Amino acid sequence: MTNETEDPLTGAALLRSAGDRAADSVSGNQDGVMFTATALDQKNARTERGYHSLFLVMSIALILPVVAILALLVIRGGPAFSWEFFTESPRANFTEGGIFPALVGTLWLVVVALLASVPLGVAAAIYLSEYAKDNALTRLINLAIINLAGVPSIVHALFGLGAFVLFFDFGTSILAASLTLAIMTLPVVIVSTRETLQAVPQSFRMACWSLGATRWQTIRKVVLPNSISGILTGVILEVSRTVGETAPVMFTGAVLFTPFLPQGVLDETMAMSLHLYMIATVIPDVPPEVPYGVALSLILMVLVLNSASIGFRVYLRGKKKW
Amino acid sequence: MSSPQSDRLDDRIDAAWIWDRIARAVIFVGGISAIIFVVAIFAFVAKEGLTFIFQKLDLGFFFTSMEWRPAQEPEPEFGGLALIAGTASVTGLAMLIAVPFSLGVAIYIGEFATGKVRETLKILVELLAAIPSVVWGFIGLTILNPLIIDLFNVPVGLTVLNAGIILGLMAAPIMTTIAEDALKAVPDSYREAAEAMGATRWQVIRQVVLPSASKGLVAAILLGVGRGFGETMAVLMASGHAINIPTSPFDSARALTATIAAELGDTARGSDHYKALFSLGILLFLVTFVINLLADVLVRKGASDRS
Repeated sequence: MTNETEDPLTGAALLRSAGDRAADSVSGNQDGVMFTATALDQKNARTERGYHSLFLVMSIALILPVVAILALLVIRGGPAFSWEFFTESPRANFTEGGIFPALVGTLWLVVVALLASVPLGVAAAIYLSEYAKDNALTRLINLAIINLAGVPSIVHALFGLGAFVLFFDFGTSILAASLTLAIMTLPVVIVSTRETLQAVPQSFRMACWSLGATRWQTIRKVVLPNSISGILTGVILEVSRTVGETAPVMFTGAVLFTPFLPQGVLDETMAMSLHLYMIATVIPDVPPEVPYGVALSLILMVLVLNSASIGFRVYLRGKKKW
Repeated sequence: MSSPQSDRLDDRIDAAWIWDRIARAVIFVGGISAIIFVVAIFAFVAKEGLTFIFQKLDLGFFFTSMEWRPAQEPEPEFGGLALIAGTASVTGLAMLIAVPFSLGVAIYIGEFATGKVRETLKILVELLAAIPSVVWGFIGLTILNPLIIDLFNVPVGLTVLNAGIILGLMAAPIMTTIAEDALKAVPDSYREAAEAMGATRWQVIRQVVLPSASKGLVAAILLGVGRGFGETMAVLMASGHAINIPTSPFDSARALTATIAAELGDTARGSDHYKALFSLGILLFLVTFVINLLADVLVRKGASDRS
C-alpha cells in the first residue's frame, strides 16, 4: 500500500523536509520567519487540495442526479395529486379514480408487520445488550442478523410463500405478507434498539441493582424508559422500509386489485409498492401522470418518515441528560 | 442460562423473581429469533428446491446452457447461464459506478468534511438509501430509458447500462455508510500520531487511515455486491428482462432475482417450474450468505488487527 520511494511520509523524507526547513530558516530567510513552505510542502498541499475537491465533487455528483430525478417526479407526478387521487378507488381499468385502497392496504401491512416485529426485535436487542456475553452464541446471533438483512428480498418472498401462505395455511393474506415483511425488517429494529440500549450508562443499571432490583425490574424501570424514544426512531425507520418493499408482498398478500377494503388480516389487499409496479409495467393505457403520482407519494412517504426519524434522533442527542 | 450471581445468594422466590425468570426466557427466545429465522428461511426454500436439484436438475446443463425454457412442453429446459451472466453483468457495472463513488464520498464525509456540511451530507446519503427499489425501477423505466435511447442513439434503453446505473445509485449510499463506519473505526490516535509527524491530511488518509480501515472497506464493497446481487424490483424493471448473454452495456439482460419475481406468479404450486424457481432461491441465499459471512469475518479481523 505505501509507496516508499515516492511518498514523503517515510522517516527519511520527513527528516529531509524538516532539514530543508531548518536550512531555510538558518541560511537566512530574511525576516527570521521560522516556517516557510518548501516545494515539497507546496506539492503536498496541492495534492491534498486536489483530492479534497475530487471527493467533494463525487459527493455532489452522487446527490445531484437524485435531486434532479426527485424534481422530475414532482413536476410529472404533481398534477396527479388531487383529493380524489387519495380518496377514491381505481376505476375503468385503472385509467380513472385514485389509490385509496392501496394506501389503506399499505397501512394494514405496516401495522401488522410492526405488531410482530417490534416486540420481537426489542426482545432481541434487550438480549444482546443486557444479557448476552461475548461468546459463540452471541457471534452467531450477530451473524444471523447480518444475514437476515442481506438475504435478497425475493428469497424472503419465497420463504413467505412457502412458510406462511402454504405451510401455516394463512393463504395470500395481509397476515402472511406482514409476517414476511416483519422478518425482513427485523434487523432494522434490532440494530437501532441495541444501540439505544447500550447508550444507557452502566451506572444507571448498577444503581438499580444495588437497591435489590432484579435484572428484569432494572430493564423495565430504568433501561427501557431511558431509551424509549431511541427505540421509536428505529421503529419509524422500519416503517419506511416496510412501506416500499414490493417483492416480499407480491406473492404473499398483495394483489393488483380488490373490490373491497380488507376487513381483517386474512384478506388480500392492494399495496402502494405493488400498485406502482403494476401500473408502470402491466396495465395498459394508464394516464402518464398517474404512475408518477404513485411513485411521488411513495417516495414522499419514505422521505417524510426518514426525516422524522433523523430529526427525532438529532433532537434526542441535544436533549440527552448524560 | 442461570447466572451464578443469582444462585450464590440465598434468593427469596417471590413474584419479582418469577417475573425475572419469565422475562429472561422470553428475551432469550427473542435473542435467538434471528438465528431461527435464517435457518427457517433456508429450510423452507430448500424444502421446495433441493429435491428438484437432486432429482431433476442437470447441474452441468444449468451452469453451461442459456436455454431457460421452464414452461416448455414436454421437455422444459433449465439452463441458468444467461441469468447468471445477467446478474453478474448488472452487478459488475453497478459496482464500477458505486465503488469509487461510495469510497470517495465516505472519505469526504469521514475525513474532510466538518460540522454542518458533514451532518448534512450524512443525512442526504441516509435519505438516498431509503428510496424504495420499486421507485428506482420506475425511474429506470420512465426516466433513464428514454435518456439512454436519445443519448446513445440505441433502439432499446432497458439494458445492462440502465440497470447498472440504477443499481449503482442504489448501492452507493449503503456502501458509503458502511465504508464511513469503517473509517470511523480507525482510532483518532492513529491520525494524531501521523499529524504530529508533519503529515498532511491526505498523507494521513492515504498512509494511515486507509490501510488501517482496508478490511472494513473491502467488507463495505462486498456488502454492496451482495446488495446488487440480491436486488429484485429495480433490476426487473430496468434491465429489459431478456434471456441473453450481454456482450455490451447496450444489451438487455435478465437477472436471477428478476426471473423468480416475474415467473413465480404464473407457476402451478409443486410443478417443476415452481421448484426450479426455489432452487434459484437456494443459489441466491447461499451466495449472499457467503458474501455476508466474508464481510463479517473481514470486519472482525480488521478490529482485532488494531487492538
